[in-house]
Amino acid sequence: MILFLEQLLNGLQYGAMLFMLASGLTLIFGIMGVINLTHGSLYMVGAYCGAFAVAHTGSFLAGIGAGVLGAAVYGIMIELAVIRSLYRRDHLYQVLATFGLILFTNEAVSLLFGRRPPLMNIPTMLVGSVPVAPGLDYPVIRLAFIAAGMMVAIGLWLLVNRTRLGMLIRAGADDREMVDALGVDIRRIYTIVFGLGAALCGLAGIMAAPLLAIEIGMGEKILITTFVVIVVGGVGSVRGALAGALLVGMADSLGRAYLPQVMQMLLPPSTAETLSAGLISASIYLLMAVVLLIKPLGLIPVRHA
Amino acid sequence: MLKTTSFVAAVSVLASAALGPSVAHADVKIGFIATLSSPAGYIGEDERDAFKLAVDEEGGKLGGVPIELVVEDDALKPANAKQAADRMIQSGISLFTGINFSNVLAAVVPSVIEGGGIYVSLNPGPSTFAGEKCNRNYFVASYQNDAFHEAAGLGANQLGYKKMVLLAPNYQAGRDAIEGFKRTFKGEVLTEIYTKLDQTDFSVELARVRSLSPDAIFQFHPGGAGINFAKQYFNAGLNKTVPMLIPSFSMDARMVAALGNAADGVYASAIWSTEIDLPQSRAFVASFKKAYARTPTIYAQQAYDTAKLIGGGLHAVGGDLTRRDEFRTALRAAKFQSIRGKFAFDVNQHPIQDYYLTKFELNKSGEIVQSIVSKVAADKHDAYVAQCKMD
Repeated sequence: MILFLEQLLNGLQYGAMLFMLASGLTLIFGIMGVINLTHGSLYMVGAYCGAFAVAHTGSFLAGIGAGVLGAAVYGIMIELAVIRSLYRRDHLYQVLATFGLILFTNEAVSLLFGRRPPLMNIPTMLVGSVPVAPGLDYPVIRLAFIAAGMMVAIGLWLLVNRTRLGMLIRAGADDREMVDALGVDIRRIYTIVFGLGAALCGLAGIMAAPLLAIEIGMGEKILITTFVVIVVGGVGSVRGALAGALLVGMADSLGRAYLPQVMQMLLPPSTAETLSAGLISASIYLLMAVVLLIKPLGLIPVRHA
Repeated sequence: MLKTTSFVAAVSVLASAALGPSVAHADVKIGFIATLSSPAGYIGEDERDAFKLAVDEEGGKLGGVPIELVVEDDALKPANAKQAADRMIQSGISLFTGINFSNVLAAVVPSVIEGGGIYVSLNPGPSTFAGEKCNRNYFVASYQNDAFHEAAGLGANQLGYKKMVLLAPNYQAGRDAIEGFKRTFKGEVLTEIYTKLDQTDFSVELARVRSLSPDAIFQFHPGGAGINFAKQYFNAGLNKTVPMLIPSFSMDARMVAALGNAADGVYASAIWSTEIDLPQSRAFVASFKKAYARTPTIYAQQAYDTAKLIGGGLHAVGGDLTRRDEFRTALRAAKFQSIRGKFAFDVNQHPIQDYYLTKFELNKSGEIVQSIVSKVAADKHDAYVAQCKMD
């Protein structure tokens, strides 16, 4: 029971991380109609900038600031330089351009920071474990991750539903020309959305940095899972991204935790082992297939007027 | 223009005449295909730099023969490496080394050895080429892949572990690691956990390890995944209760730098460490640090030894690679001073060598170093040599 609770928390924490990445991606994809493969690279940029700041100031808060800001600035730069001219183009052009940007970013980061993965210790305030239930100690940093994910969810909900900017973002997603005609600079809003998505990536990057290797190409590993999340949740919907992230996080974690045991009960050991290893790798894609069979537009699709 | 060329040619003829025995030959070209870009680029960098160090120390020569190192990047892609090798073969190069990854090696070795060229591996020693498919034109100067994991199993026996959990990514090398470990480990394997190849978070697996409470774990996760695993293991506090045992290429000097104290207390099987008490090793570490201002990784050691091995072969034939049989015989004799200590070639042209149990721990000056705990195997052969019928 304790173990199950711990695995649930692990799923929740993975979900929180996926949500920070997926919310930005879904906004960019849903609202601007851009397939942004560079999203993972922004996560890497955030982690590197954050680690650099922590190494030079020793403060994790400075690291968070640098990670978020670094990713946002880089995001806005590539929006202005590359993405902006691709809005009206086919998705294939966007895929090509943003794939090129992945290669560019990887090389740029290795030129700037070197190829050796930098060291980033867990900040002192987040070291160690705290009891969350009798007999279950859970690492503070993972709890902080869950908390950050919740704050991002609430913040985004407020931003999209309760502010003027959020209203414009929603309007721009529905009818770009009309918003333009009403005298709103839609290009500026797109830049802001892109920067916002990038900032959230940076936050995820710097939060993950103490637990993960900060290395070139770290974003590509998480990118495909992030796309699965937004497809499962419904492209363009922040609420969908939240639902998708939690579902994918749980499916992945619980699958890894319990599939081998379940298989061992049902099948002879040698087949069980190979089959469960394969199923674990495929679990989130199976989940996506099932969701799309039942709800082709994802769990919580965007409502279009 | 023509004038200049002939002038240069004349000067170089005069110069080489003055140098003596190597007069008949131009510099020997060595094809060095390495992974220099991609996240693993630091590995290729260390290998190239260590190889160059051996050449530079002799003033541009190996075994008294002038060397031209032709370096190409494979970006960890077998296809790139194959193309580079084909280009080099066409340009007349017949001696190759440098590749760091088994899958890349598998793409290059057949085309090199079929054309009569010689390949000397400075890192991977996949089982495919160690047994039935062994070849007289293919040498491995590092280790046979499985032997590292077998040595880890022996280390676990020595440390008295009775119940262990084994973890590795679900792909060929991961499965080989677990098989190799089980070949020598005498205790009970509680469970084998296969992780996803691109997995970055191991919280789920760590929770399972905790619930199984084994005496120790053996895990193999190369590169970034290895850093992730060790960091999270440390963060979960598992290092205090369940010791971790790894093959030492799961934690090279760069990874230790990225891990900080999370590396403290980890056991590893090894063929060499910077702490090994041999004069030639100390000299190598000092001169590598002096040349490049960083600690050499195990990859650097292997590349340096490979260069010295090749040097011994070249010396025997005076740099004339057309004397192929003599060159091979000289390589097989392995007349060089290895910085890891004893070194000899087995029938399948893979090393017979000692393996150590090492431990990463803080030294007096507060740095994490890999100190030698004990020798777990002396003059160890690999598991595939019996299947090799060298013609």
